[in-house]
Amino acid sequence: MRFSIYRFDPDKDSQPYMQDYALDEAKIWPGMMLLDALLELKAQDETLSFRRSCQEGVCGSDGMNINGRNGLACITPLASLKTPIELRPLPGQPVIRDLIVDLNQFYSQYRAAKPYLINEDPEPEVERLQSPAEREQLDGLYECILCACCSTSCPSFWWNPDKFLGPAALLQSWRFLADSRDRATDLRLDELEGPFKLFRCHTIMNCVEVCPKGLNPTRAIGRIKELMLKRSM
Amino acid sequence: MSLPRRKFDTLIIGAGGGGLRAALQLSQAEARVAVVSKVFPTRSHTVAAQGGVNAALANVLPDNWHWHMFDTVKGSDYLGDQDAIEYMCRAAPRVVYELEHMGVPFSRLDNGKIYQRAFGGQSRNFGGDQAARTCAAADRTGHAILHTLYQQNIRARTHFFDEFFAIDLLRDPDGTVIGALVLEIATGEPLVIEAKTTLLATGGAGQLFRTNTNALINTGDGMAMALRADIPLQDMEFFQFHPTGIAGKGMLITEGVRGEGGYLLNGEGERFMERYAPKAKDLASRDVVSRAIYTEVREGRGCGPNKDHVLLKLDHLGVDVVAKRLPGIRETVKTFLYLDPAETPIPVYPTAHYTMGGIPTNRHGQVVVPEHNGPDEPVLGLYAAGECACVSVHGANRLGGNSLLDILVFGRAAANHIVGELKQNRYHRPMNEDSVDQAMTRLSRWDRRDGSETVDGLKRELQTVMEQHCGVFRNETILQEGVDKVVELEARMKDAYIKDHSKIFNTARIEALELENLMDIALATVCSALERRESRGAHSRVDYPERDDVRWMRHSLFHKDGRRMDYKPVRIKPITVEPFPPKKRVY
Repeated sequence: MRFSIYRFDPDKDSQPYMQDYALDEAKIWPGMMLLDALLELKAQDETLSFRRSCQEGVCGSDGMNINGRNGLACITPLASLKTPIELRPLPGQPVIRDLIVDLNQFYSQYRAAKPYLINEDPEPEVERLQSPAEREQLDGLYECILCACCSTSCPSFWWNPDKFLGPAALLQSWRFLADSRDRATDLRLDELEGPFKLFRCHTIMNCVEVCPKGLNPTRAIGRIKELMLKRSM
Repeated sequence: MSLPRRKFDTLIIGAGGGGLRAALQLSQAEARVAVVSKVFPTRSHTVAAQGGVNAALANVLPDNWHWHMFDTVKGSDYLGDQDAIEYMCRAAPRVVYELEHMGVPFSRLDNGKIYQRAFGGQSRNFGGDQAARTCAAADRTGHAILHTLYQQNIRARTHFFDEFFAIDLLRDPDGTVIGALVLEIATGEPLVIEAKTTLLATGGAGQLFRTNTNALINTGDGMAMALRADIPLQDMEFFQFHPTGIAGKGMLITEGVRGEGGYLLNGEGERFMERYAPKAKDLASRDVVSRAIYTEVREGRGCGPNKDHVLLKLDHLGVDVVAKRLPGIRETVKTFLYLDPAETPIPVYPTAHYTMGGIPTNRHGQVVVPEHNGPDEPVLGLYAAGECACVSVHGANRLGGNSLLDILVFGRAAANHIVGELKQNRYHRPMNEDSVDQAMTRLSRWDRRDGSETVDGLKRELQTVMEQHCGVFRNETILQEGVDKVVELEARMKDAYIKDHSKIFNTARIEALELENLMDIALATVCSALERRESRGAHSRVDYPERDDVRWMRHSLFHKDGRRMDYKPVRIKPITVEPFPPKKRVY
């Protein structure tokens, strides 16, 4: 099986290039994932660099651009991919080395969304109550693994990564706006005002298309806009 | 050589649940905290915990902490320290309520309280009917907790060193721990972090075994750092094999499946757990269920063309329950097996899962070693919490739902003790340059450009040896061969080299350092297992099938120096209640 992989080591390369790799068919097993193949290729060539950890799609380390589409290597079946398999780093971010990108911009937008429950009421001795229906509002939101597949597939985020929060961070904004226990709705909405942070989303929906967890940031962004509209009336 | 330096009150190594819970407590107490993690915090392995966290909230069935304590002592096969277990079980409801207040999206009951499910080894009234003690956020509880703790640390402005790898602890000539040498992975630059107190929260070492439920990062780094700092590891022979990893692959399928009413079937369609644990059946302790599955397969009653696994059946629960309570494992099974567990049973087999042993600590998280004044003398400046530590609340076998509890309770307890310590120690001790040089040697060793062994090759061999020689059932011959083989592999490490010498994000070098750590822990595990000539909890010796409380109700301590074994008594006296004396363990 043939691969074409983006290589760049600033320690020795003046510019990036694509390198061909071949994986012996004898090393391929049914149900093999792309990450398994990458680990085999790394055993052949230790210098090939990428992040990985859980191998089952929950830690969010191995987001990359696979045949032109962002995804997680560990839950992408090799058999589903056209060869030669072309692997590039997540688009639009500074490349540190090979398939490893600098996600600082992505993380700082996440922090800017105040992704934590704000509730200054006195704490009860037991849990705060939340009905199953209220809790259900958080389904499809809290499962985000911060893999950055969505934000780095979003043209609005490519152009304004410092001003537009991006789909991942906005999904978290809505996760806390939607939480019956959160008391900071006004603060959260105030901070999202203006032409960029929220409103740079043009519903291109690449985020929905690529999310490896099947989440829908575009819908979450729509819900925030609705809430803002409701508040202004 | 003069290296860049940073100074903090407390250095926390590891950003899983234990490290983050401690960091939050310390940041809120206005201590200056640095959290060093080799991965971005939410990539830590806590994220993969599924089923839930135990606390006697009594939201579903009557419960109290004392029953939880009994179950934990019994589950530990009486090797757990009863003072620490009492402390943990009493603190459990409080730490869970705290999590809820922080925003963890727990599943809910109709009355709005936290949802709790049944889990293995849980009983009401000291061994009576099944309890429902595990607080759950669907089957993504670890993810929900880890992300929430990280988020709260953002709010508390904790200082993070993301993607920094800890090389070694730094100690002054008195033995006090004064920080650590770490490596910034992105630049390859070493950094000295000076700290008045250091907390190891580096997790377990599931990568010791070829088939495991663990992330690739679980290489026991903190345990190996402790060994190299002349601190022994405790009870390393006790490694948990989770009964239900996906057969041949290893992905975890939560015990919550059986808690929700799923059960195991052998090749004859028999619900075989009824024979092994007439009362608790599929919800017996993990060691019991893993041995049962292994035995069924060995005696020819396995499933599939090779009769090499059993089936976990949950299709009778209905699509609604599976979708609502077990969505994560449903997704995993669909992804890796192309089948829907709401319709088709899952092929499962016991899979390496959890390191019960670790760095010996007391219930304040202080690392303790045998010294002049007894077996539990604190090492000044050093703490450990979570899977890398051995308090010991899990003893010879951990109960499901107690590991998330362990990291929360003891991460928090360690932080509280550190706060007191910081009040008494206002100034940093002088840096010990010899200690820095020694740690730098470990790093520069991988600069060599020739050799005959590869890191990947040695790691694969080590994992195979551990799987074959230190698995579910053990005996003297197999273990002795295991020791010999690991010793031989360790000797071959001298000839290992890497071909990548770039300074920039050099993952080959990180993997080499991780392999060194695994090698030390493999030796600790297999040597401790050889010496313990009895069967207790997860350590099953076919040549010594009975538990031997007279000779072996004691903790093992493995020292790296000379591979020496030492022992210390189990702390059988709880804090306030009567001890639970050892009894025959039946489920």
